[in-house]
Amino acid sequence: MRCVGSGQQLKRSNIMPPSLFHRLRLLCLVLCCTIGAAHAAPSPETLAKMAEDDSDSRIEAIAELGAEGSAQSVAVLDALADEALALTGAGRLVILTDTGALDAATGAAIDPYPDDADALMINNRIRRALQSAKAATNIRATDRSTRLAAALQLRDGADEALMPLLEPALAAEQDKEIRAILALAVARVNLASELPAKRTRAAELLGDSADASVKFMLTALLEKDGNGQFAEPDAGVRAAAKASINAIERRLAIADLASTAFTGLSLGSILLLAALGLAITYGVMGVINMAHGELLMVGAYATYVVQGLFRTHLPEYIDSYVIAAVPVAFFTAAAVGMLMERTVIRWLYGRPLETLLATWGLSLVLIQTARVIFGPQNVEVANPAWMSGGVSTYADIVLPWNRLVIIGFAIFVLLLVWLMMQKTRLGMFVRAVTQNRAMAGCVGVPTARIDTLAFGIGAGIAGLGGCALSQVANVGPAMGQGYIVDSFMVVVLGGVGQLAGAVTAAMGLGLMTKILEGWAGAVVAKILVLVFIIIFIQKRPQGLFALKGRFVED
Amino acid sequence: MRTPLSVRMFQSLPRTAWLALAIFAAIAWIAIPAAHLLLPESSPFHVSAYTVTLLGKILCYAVVAVAMDLIWGYAGILSLGHGVFFALGGYAFGMYLMRQIGTDGSYGVALPDFMVFLDWKALPWFWVGSDSFLWALIMVVAVPGLLAFVFGWFAFRSRIKGVYFSIITQALTYATMLLFFRNETGFGGNNGFTDFKRILGYDITSPQMRLVLFGLSAALLIAVLILGRYLVTSKFGRVLAAIRDAESRVRFIGYQPTQYKLAIWTLSAVLCALAGALYVPQVGIINPSEMSPANSIEIAVWVAVGGRGTLIGGVIGAFIVNLAKSFFTVSFPDYWLFFLGFLFIGVTLFLPDGVVGLWRKLRGKRAIEDTDTPTETPADAKGASA
Repeated sequence: MRCVGSGQQLKRSNIMPPSLFHRLRLLCLVLCCTIGAAHAAPSPETLAKMAEDDSDSRIEAIAELGAEGSAQSVAVLDALADEALALTGAGRLVILTDTGALDAATGAAIDPYPDDADALMINNRIRRALQSAKAATNIRATDRSTRLAAALQLRDGADEALMPLLEPALAAEQDKEIRAILALAVARVNLASELPAKRTRAAELLGDSADASVKFMLTALLEKDGNGQFAEPDAGVRAAAKASINAIERRLAIADLASTAFTGLSLGSILLLAALGLAITYGVMGVINMAHGELLMVGAYATYVVQGLFRTHLPEYIDSYVIAAVPVAFFTAAAVGMLMERTVIRWLYGRPLETLLATWGLSLVLIQTARVIFGPQNVEVANPAWMSGGVSTYADIVLPWNRLVIIGFAIFVLLLVWLMMQKTRLGMFVRAVTQNRAMAGCVGVPTARIDTLAFGIGAGIAGLGGCALSQVANVGPAMGQGYIVDSFMVVVLGGVGQLAGAVTAAMGLGLMTKILEGWAGAVVAKILVLVFIIIFIQKRPQGLFALKGRFVED
Repeated sequence: MRTPLSVRMFQSLPRTAWLALAIFAAIAWIAIPAAHLLLPESSPFHVSAYTVTLLGKILCYAVVAVAMDLIWGYAGILSLGHGVFFALGGYAFGMYLMRQIGTDGSYGVALPDFMVFLDWKALPWFWVGSDSFLWALIMVVAVPGLLAFVFGWFAFRSRIKGVYFSIITQALTYATMLLFFRNETGFGGNNGFTDFKRILGYDITSPQMRLVLFGLSAALLIAVLILGRYLVTSKFGRVLAAIRDAESRVRFIGYQPTQYKLAIWTLSAVLCALAGALYVPQVGIINPSEMSPANSIEIAVWVAVGGRGTLIGGVIGAFIVNLAKSFFTVSFPDYWLFFLGFLFIGVTLFLPDGVVGLWRKLRGKRAIEDTDTPTETPADAKGASA
């Protein structure tokens, strides 16, 4: 059947690029070999081509071996990849091993060892051909992940020579995901077919992809050359390609939107962790703790220290160090925060502007302390094994585990804070002091103690944020500096003392930042967000979710 | 009959203050130039080029501190972003200095080196006119003044105040810094402007030019101190102090605090910009790190160290902190941040009225005038009793 096809090709060959013609000829050859071979050993003709000192003929030989796929052929391919395939002076191909030499055609040991054997050199073209041929052999493997990897490899660069393998493999494949990938691979190869019907079908099939490179491939068909001729002569194929391009574009746009939304949520959950603590301290005391970002830093370094302890003392449990680091980060940061409150902030109540300066001083001291203890460089905090990698979802988007875990962690912390604020006596006192300090004091709330505890909790939550941050960002002495303005913006936007406001504001700011970043770049996004907040405060000075009440300052 | 402005200005300072200013002027304009130019380097009274530059730099900082004191000490507005106005003034004048390099740059063409490096063929539109000295002076005042006016108008109109205002000014300087770090913005990216050669055709590195710039910085400081004293003792200054102490009450009486705040805020920004324009030719470089939030908040600590609401306190604070900085960063670089951090904490906790307040306390004198020391606000009183 294919040989008949080759007769047609000859007529078209004057408009076809020579390499394509060459490939089609190759295809016939492979087919003959495949049918002719007894599925036992590489044919002598193939091996003869391999022995030739010419990359083109070697690549042909590699494709033939891959398509043939017997154990001996695979052994020859592996040997070539390891540069263990050698040519003796007599022109015989041998596989060199640690112990001796094997005949490439039969696998039989050769005695005596050929001293004049010269290993075949491989270049990048040959290496690519080898990978493709290897994938072709792997597509028949029983192990699903091997097949999946092989299918992905074939999809990204299937050689036409492998077509006789691909179609049976596609027919035999049971797994839905692999089938889809293989179908794409086949369609990709068929797009170069000479039958318009086949090309149309291929163009239609390619519409199932969400791959930008497939889109480029299809777009190339619609382009005109210098003489005003379309690269694709058949109008039907062009229409199919156009429809497929639209489908792919729609899918890519959705994928883009989804990944922007995900990174926005991820940024939002980090902002939330940073801002929750600040919202509590600002709500209770009305002072901005400029060292709040440094409490994140304390939490991150606590995580680093716990990681170091696990490495030296409990190396077998290293993967669970993050779990152990969570309470350590909380209590370390809470202790530092309560110390700050007792020694400095307590004495500045009622002087909010001076508190800014004093807490800025505290942040400088904390940064320099971290530099002295841990050195000025960033330290390395590794993701545990269960947090590396990601989940692949719709249209090739991979959601990294560490960011997913952080989103989950933010929800968990939020839940804890909500329970603490709504269901405990301490939370009730904190809310009372936030709403009216004087009145709370009058009815017996120990405001001074509540201040210290609230500050400790706020600092501890910042420590938790630092622990989470250590999994996605660099850990260094100045890591916290960028967060104070952003967290304050979240508090301002959300309204003081409002959990729902903080969540909405953090997620909104995260999403807005990421969308604007994609559209205008990071710096312009930052400026636009700032302008937005200034305008927003014009309209709603009390934030999104204001406490109801009537009062006037002064 | 109204007293003429010059007389009112003269009367706004006590006689001792005029005497002190005269002594300061004599030192800056006669003694230091003479010691720099005439005395041989071996003489113990010789003033080195390093010292002249350092003092000139600190004089510029002192102007910034006085400008900060005008808004923080007298109007109760704490700006954590004043560095942006200082740097914009510096950049506006730096553009002129870049154009004065002419074809002496390392590429030998009329375009500034960084533009050649970016492969730009012509000056961007906002560089038009930057080769004119007069235009540069106009831009030094106009650009930061306009930014301050627009920003202040939005902020004060919607009654953003206290920590809200402070944090937003910090965000302003941070965002501008990020903008200037980009090469595409057209101000030299993170290297900024440097390698200046000439001002008005005169060599910028000559001792004479150095002394002229130093003298101008001293003159600016004197002028700002006189203007500041006149403003805070005028009716305008008294309304400002009233706004600082009880803004709502001022509003209820029928004043519009927004206009007063906007006026002093814009004036303060322009003074910072002038200081920045004098600072850049003296240190020979301007880059976006001048706008980092840390630099701006340091300005506030100069004022806090010297004493808020005293004007002269800003000058004293700028000298104390910057001399300490020169000493620490050379001798104990690791301890400078500790020193600065504890200075922030210590001054706010133990010296709420700064060095000037301490001096007055030691001399047993409380306030000279009402406006000199901030009266305790109700909030302050609460803080003291807590």
